[in-house]
Amino acid sequence: MTQRSRPRLNIGAVRSTFAPWADPAARPLVRFENVVKRFGGETAVAGVSLDIYEGEFFALLGPSGCGKTTLMRLLAGFEDPDEGRVTLAGEDLAGRPPHRRPVNMMFQSYALFPHLSVEKNIAFGLRQLGLAKDEVAARAAEMLALVRLDGLARRKPHQLSGGQRQRVALARAIAPRPRMLLLDEPLAALDRKLREETQFELMALQQSLGMTFLIVTHDQEEAMVTADRIAVMREGQIVQIGRPAEVYEAPNSRYVADFIGDVNLFEGKVERADGQSVRLASDEAQGGFEAVEDDVIAVGATAWLAVRPEKIQVHLDAPPPGPNRLAGKVADIGYLGDWTTYLVELPNGRTLRAARANAARFVERPVDWDDQIWLTFAPDAGVVLTQ
Amino acid sequence: MSARRDRTGLAAIAPFLWLGVFFLFPFLLVAKLSLSDTALAMPPYAPRIDWALGMAGLRAFLAALDLQTYGRLTSDHLYVAAYLSSLRFAAVATAILLLLGYPMAYAMARCSPAVRQALLMAVILPFWTSFLIRVYALIGILKPEGLLNAVLAAVGLGPVALLNTDAAIYIGLVYAYLPFMVLPLYAVLERQHHDLLEAAADLGCTPLQAFWRVTFPLSLPGVGAGALLCFIPMVGEFVIPDLLGGSGTLMLGKTIWTEFFANRDWPAASAVAIALLATLVVPIALYQRQQAKLIGGAR
Amino acid sequence: MRRGLTAFNRVSLLFGFGFLYLPIFLLVVYSFNASQLVTVWGGFSTRWYASLFRNEQLLDAVWVTFRVGLISATVATILGTFAAVALVRAGRFKGRTLFSGLVYAPLVMPEVVLGLSLLLLFVAFGLPRGFWTVVIGHATVTLCYATVVIQARLAAFDRQLEEAARDLGCPPFKAFFLVTLPNIAPAVAAAWMLAFTLSLDDLVIASFTSGPGATTLPMRIYSQVRLGVNPEINAVSTLLIGLVATGVIAAYLMQLRRRQDA
Repeated sequence: MTQRSRPRLNIGAVRSTFAPWADPAARPLVRFENVVKRFGGETAVAGVSLDIYEGEFFALLGPSGCGKTTLMRLLAGFEDPDEGRVTLAGEDLAGRPPHRRPVNMMFQSYALFPHLSVEKNIAFGLRQLGLAKDEVAARAAEMLALVRLDGLARRKPHQLSGGQRQRVALARAIAPRPRMLLLDEPLAALDRKLREETQFELMALQQSLGMTFLIVTHDQEEAMVTADRIAVMREGQIVQIGRPAEVYEAPNSRYVADFIGDVNLFEGKVERADGQSVRLASDEAQGGFEAVEDDVIAVGATAWLAVRPEKIQVHLDAPPPGPNRLAGKVADIGYLGDWTTYLVELPNGRTLRAARANAARFVERPVDWDDQIWLTFAPDAGVVLTQ
Repeated sequence: MSARRDRTGLAAIAPFLWLGVFFLFPFLLVAKLSLSDTALAMPPYAPRIDWALGMAGLRAFLAALDLQTYGRLTSDHLYVAAYLSSLRFAAVATAILLLLGYPMAYAMARCSPAVRQALLMAVILPFWTSFLIRVYALIGILKPEGLLNAVLAAVGLGPVALLNTDAAIYIGLVYAYLPFMVLPLYAVLERQHHDLLEAAADLGCTPLQAFWRVTFPLSLPGVGAGALLCFIPMVGEFVIPDLLGGSGTLMLGKTIWTEFFANRDWPAASAVAIALLATLVVPIALYQRQQAKLIGGAR
Repeated sequence: MRRGLTAFNRVSLLFGFGFLYLPIFLLVVYSFNASQLVTVWGGFSTRWYASLFRNEQLLDAVWVTFRVGLISATVATILGTFAAVALVRAGRFKGRTLFSGLVYAPLVMPEVVLGLSLLLLFVAFGLPRGFWTVVIGHATVTLCYATVVIQARLAAFDRQLEEAARDLGCPPFKAFFLVTLPNIAPAVAAAWMLAFTLSLDDLVIASFTSGPGATTLPMRIYSQVRLGVNPEINAVSTLLIGLVATGVIAAYLMQLRRRQDA
């Protein structure tokens, strides 16, 4: 995994001072070393190496079946690796059963014990630690307050709403103060509005506890909002690790570009690559494509230019000829309130996506269905991909 | 809306009438007979309602009912002993069934789905097989020259007289009612999510602790259902004590049968039947409540 | 639950199922015993099956039992379907509590009490006891089992299907026959099977309600068993077990196939 240096890239919400992964002296809290896990004939995890540092909010992101949940269960101890090893604070976890690992998991189904009250659910792990009765009660009360469920201590799980259940599961998992909290699709069962709120609550909680969080999700927005770093997984392997902004703005493959957010991909032949910029020839744009790119790519090779919809401008009048300029017809308009997305049909029938922020309430000349329009984008708007 | 509902209610008429005539009314006859005068003969039994006298006749009838038969039951130590020993047989057999059935149901629930289906089938099959034949099959094992004695003799413990003893009744009760214990237990254990055990392990439980703190408490509804499902019919059991127990075996089901067919004391048989039902009212009510709760909880 | 079985699990299964099946297995084996002595193995023979088919009394009892089963199961299933519809669909109606009490009570009432009460009824009405009184007795008890089976299926049945039929112009009664009944048919069939099997199996109620000339097979077996183990009874039991096992396993496999098709 080569991390290309791109000094321009310091956009997005980043705790810029927090970057233990960049510090060669820092020792990771969790280390996966060439881990392989097979189920029958299927390989769920195909050689993953990964470091997670103390205090990090780390996200494993990928479509269902990519092995992200298996990776988490290997850490929790519900599965054993077939090859490689998993260490926690330098100690090999091999053969250690789940109940003797200082990590706790918040289950996707929440797995709340239906026969126990909210309070008893939260106290479950504390009692297992062998704490004194009054300390268990005190810590459980503290957890209830932390997740704002003070009044509901005596309720049974089936008497709670979905959001409340989610908070009980969270409180139960953090109550024993694990070295690390594992969250398996923690917000999947919540509706959209609650999900957004809870994302921010999770971040605030992680900050105030200073605990290491590992979240597994298939929702790129959830990963982008919450995590310090994201590992994008595909078919049992990690394809890219980076900060959310890096993964979004500098995807290293068409797969990542396409999986995270919307993207327009332009295929072309490399005409020139001089270590500063790359020029691609394509049938779709008369002037070809031009992109800032410091890697030198072989002339004549096929490459792709990935451009996000919001980085494409829509013009009703023809802009001056040049590179990164395409003509098309508006096929569809999706009005989202804050944004408007235009689906633009190129003469060759391919559809592109362009998005525009609705900064003003009224526009003098609105873009309409079937309008002939032009699309342009800046040379630094796109990323050149060779795989 | 309400008019439409009333019409669906009409479907109840035929079964309602049937059950009224062939279940409720005969049951009232039993109750009436248990309050009638003792007579070692065929009916009619006094008192009877003289309908020609109208309300006065009814009043005379009610006044003539008495608890004489019940008095006879409570003063005769044989009836009391039969009553108590029925409860004892049923309670002890229920406990043995739990000890035997729980590990079985638990192991079944841990099998792979295909094996689980086959084992479930194997538990249900005896339920469809004739009760009488199954009890009869047991005689072949328990009789003095039977398999059990051969095994006991081989290990130097026998031969033991088993047939016609209380031990044979216990073996028979456990054998016949095992499917009724295993099925409800299996139903609750199979439904339990593996997630919960993982969560318990994650929170620091060893497998054994997870069993006692999560699996077992969650299976209690099944334990209750199984126990009641076995206990209730066992108290009134007739075939097993009659075929496996000795002539001195005292159980209520057998007492009713004997009073009726051998002694021809119909009022006594009726009174024993009423006493048996009165005993079962509490467990039956418990069972109904639990079933209602289970159905409510599943929704 | 998943994961492998522990040694304790295996022993529990082995012991439990061994206990359940060993007596039946031995009974089947000894039905093929050539020896008259039921404890001594005298070589393989089908002589007891042959003598079975010469035993007029036993054959008579089989015939009575099957007729009782067919008629009582059919009556019970029809009445049970009505009862289930009333309980699941009718909401509240006058006497509902009493009605559901009447349906559930026979399920938990000791057979001896049921038999006794039915006998008192027939005596009170001066009805001669015989074939039809046994049918009535069996229909009454099995009606309740049939109701429970059909009720469970009916409660799980998506009512919207029936509503869709009504929406498309079906009157309620017709909608029930065109949409609901075909969908609960497996449960109705299962209820009939259960009622039939229970009737086939019953000794206690038949003993109370039967009269001369209407001796059922269980009554015949019972009177023979009281006299001791008898190879002919082994043979007839084996036939009955084989019949029931074939039926149950076939029903199970059919259900499995249907589920896989779905």
